[in-house]
Amino acid sequence: MPDALLSTEALEAHYGDFQALFGVSVNVTPGEVVSIIGANGAGKSTLMRSITGLLKSKPEMVRWKDQPIGSLRADQIAQLGIAMVPEGRQLFQSLSVEENLIIGGQMGRGGPWDLEAVFKLFPILEERRNVASTALSGGQQQMVAIGRALMSNPEILLFDEISLGLAPIIIKTIYDALPQIIGEGMSAVIVEQDIAKALSVSDRVYCMQEGRISLQGTPNSLTREQISAAYFGV
Amino acid sequence: MTVSASYSISRSSPASRAGAVIGIIALVGLVCAPWWAGRADMRLLSEIYLYLSLACLWNLLAGYAGLVSVGQQAFVGFGGYMLFALAMFGGMSPLAAIPVAAVLGGLIAVPVALLIFRLRGAYFAIGTWVIAEVFRLSFAQVAALGGGSGTSLPVAIVKSIASNRSMREATSYWLALGMAVIVIAVIYAFLRSRNGLALTAIRDSELAAKSFGIDIWRRKFTIYIITAALTSATGALIFLQKLRISPDAAFSVNDWTAFVIFIVVIGGIGTLEGPIIGVIVFFLLRETLADLGTTYLLILGVVAIAVMLKAPNGIWGFVKAKYNIEIFPLSRRVVEKNSKN
Amino acid sequence: MEWINAILQGVLLGGLYALFAAGLSLIFGVMRLVNIAHGDFIVLAAFLGLSITTGFGVHPLAALLLVVPIMAGLGYALQRGILNQTLGDDILPPLLVTFGLSVIIQNGLLEVYSADPQKMNAGAIEIASVQLPGGLSAGVLPLLMFGVSVAVIAGLQWIFYRSALGRAFRAVSDKQDIAQLMGLNKAHVFGLAMALALGVVGIAGVFLGIRTSFDPSIGPGRLIFGFEAVIIGGLGNLWGTLAGGIILGVSQNIGAQINPGWQLLAGHLAFLIVLAVRPRGLFPRIEG
Repeated sequence: MPDALLSTEALEAHYGDFQALFGVSVNVTPGEVVSIIGANGAGKSTLMRSITGLLKSKPEMVRWKDQPIGSLRADQIAQLGIAMVPEGRQLFQSLSVEENLIIGGQMGRGGPWDLEAVFKLFPILEERRNVASTALSGGQQQMVAIGRALMSNPEILLFDEISLGLAPIIIKTIYDALPQIIGEGMSAVIVEQDIAKALSVSDRVYCMQEGRISLQGTPNSLTREQISAAYFGV
Repeated sequence: MTVSASYSISRSSPASRAGAVIGIIALVGLVCAPWWAGRADMRLLSEIYLYLSLACLWNLLAGYAGLVSVGQQAFVGFGGYMLFALAMFGGMSPLAAIPVAAVLGGLIAVPVALLIFRLRGAYFAIGTWVIAEVFRLSFAQVAALGGGSGTSLPVAIVKSIASNRSMREATSYWLALGMAVIVIAVIYAFLRSRNGLALTAIRDSELAAKSFGIDIWRRKFTIYIITAALTSATGALIFLQKLRISPDAAFSVNDWTAFVIFIVVIGGIGTLEGPIIGVIVFFLLRETLADLGTTYLLILGVVAIAVMLKAPNGIWGFVKAKYNIEIFPLSRRVVEKNSKN
Repeated sequence: MEWINAILQGVLLGGLYALFAAGLSLIFGVMRLVNIAHGDFIVLAAFLGLSITTGFGVHPLAALLLVVPIMAGLGYALQRGILNQTLGDDILPPLLVTFGLSVIIQNGLLEVYSADPQKMNAGAIEIASVQLPGGLSAGVLPLLMFGVSVAVIAGLQWIFYRSALGRAFRAVSDKQDIAQLMGLNKAHVFGLAMALALGVVGIAGVFLGIRTSFDPSIGPGRLIFGFEAVIIGGLGNLWGTLAGGIILGVSQNIGAQINPGWQLLAGHLAFLIVLAVRPRGLFPRIEG
């Protein structure tokens, strides 16, 4: 797709002998918010790991601004402006809240997001800036993880299951802040098991099932029955 | 109408059966060596058997129990010193002293294990080295055993082994061969048992093994003690052959650890066949290169590193993976009844 | 009086042991790797200092200016060329590869320098001493070495906890994969860690070479001293390592006071006692 920012082309992924992705093709255009829904084990996180380079792929299977990036190292892909809020937060336990944020920006890419901007977005973090990151509540840790990804001033932000393990009120707070987070011009991919939340914020949605895309379209054009069928594969 | 085949679990394979036949023939031949081999050849073969024993034992510890020790020389030297002490001051015949040295080695391994099992991984390894150093320094303090310069086995005791020299040399030879056979037999029997299965499970995944109720600590502890005892016996035999012992020779890292590790790594760690292949390769290299002195050791070091990086499963690991064969029948396979296998 | 002097000398010796241990501790903290050849690298640095001193006719302490960067470069190359490939869940490969390195270094040094003991001559500073209260005296050189050891440990602490590099070390040590998402090339970060560790080894080696006579075979002994200092002091705590080194040095000297042949055994005994009674060390910070 010519004007896609990020795309995967017939992406395959394996864990040893086990194949997790079977020819997955998705794309994101600049400024677009795309969500990827699916049940546990559908392959959503594997897709994210392949895109970010944590899982190796053939070069042409992942494309960024029409360049093949599938075989690049994860740190090289991060330098391109692809950032991820990983599944399960994954904060650095030896670093404080502030240090986690600072290391997010260590590439020095420049842009609107710096420590001050992140603290403005999530004021509670400024209060607890010197606390060990593991001492925070789940919701606060998720804010740190999001802030850490923002600090790299990315062009596209991947959110991997950010609502997992959080109380509904916290999930609401974070999703309410999403427009502020994504802001002007940033693209986003939101991986979710919470279908309603995902549909409410995205321009387009893909549904995955057992390592394949089972459905795609805009939220408005898809019926609940279609989504259900694609989600559960019945 | 459905036809169903019936299945059974089998451990042997064509390769293991062939291996058994060849092994028995070879063993018979080797037992008869005092009649067809010269003195120097018998000494070389004895050395090979004893290194094979040490290698198999180190492999059991590291490859199967996951306990990497760079301090087994502690027990080699301990066994040697116990032999000398029991023979010289305990009035025991050297032959009787060997099993006693084994038991003593197992006993002293208990407090040693209790201490160093508090360390893990590479720190455990260095801990075993410290223990070996403590043994070395301690024995160097014992004046009765020659202190720092060591001592020789008195002629009278040597003569008590057998009436004439060729009988003595044959006895020495058979003891060494017997040691290797016993070590391999014990390890093989152990690995075939449920204990062995547990050990392989622990090696593959400690966490999963624990969830099945396998007591990791106790099994590793037991392996360590048994290995220490058999290593001590081997050490006793080594120094019975050498007839002379000193702290530096008894507790030499190079002789009893570096070379042994090389043998196991080259041959194939975590397999029974590996040490056998490794010891052959090692002695081939030694016979051809030993004149080069330090260069020889340099080459060994480089080869060991290269193997570890490029072929971490050694020669046998490579062969096993490529051709899927096993000489020692350890793994179980599902076999269709009435099939050729 | 002799006893107090022995203890004082032990404390100063402890600084050197802490220097032996610092690099070991750093590498374990960052990448969970224990370099069995660590002691042999210290001896290598000593020989390197010797060659530079005799080759350029400079004072051994001046040789540090060359030894440290050379060792650091060697560390980076070693990590990226060989050791990075051994990292992973299996403890065998790094252990066996560094063991192989130990054999190679020892025999390489034997080939080049022979087994003769060597010593670097630091001139007048070696015999200069300082009067301390209570009628004690301490050599200027041991005091200087102790001071440098404390400074090096303080420096390493600063790097680890207050610099961007230290942040990178801690992040990569915590979660390798996620650290890469931050744009950190873990191969490079590990290389820098080893470079730093071997740089410290360079200092330790030159100090060793000035202080005592050395030969290619004494590497393992230095590794053991460093290791004992780390275990006594407690994992993950560099100041603890300094304490561990001091305890080791003092134990050795007290042992030597009782009987010269007991020096090393006394140190090992102290180590074994701590291992028996306080297996995590005296001031532990992380799990082994």
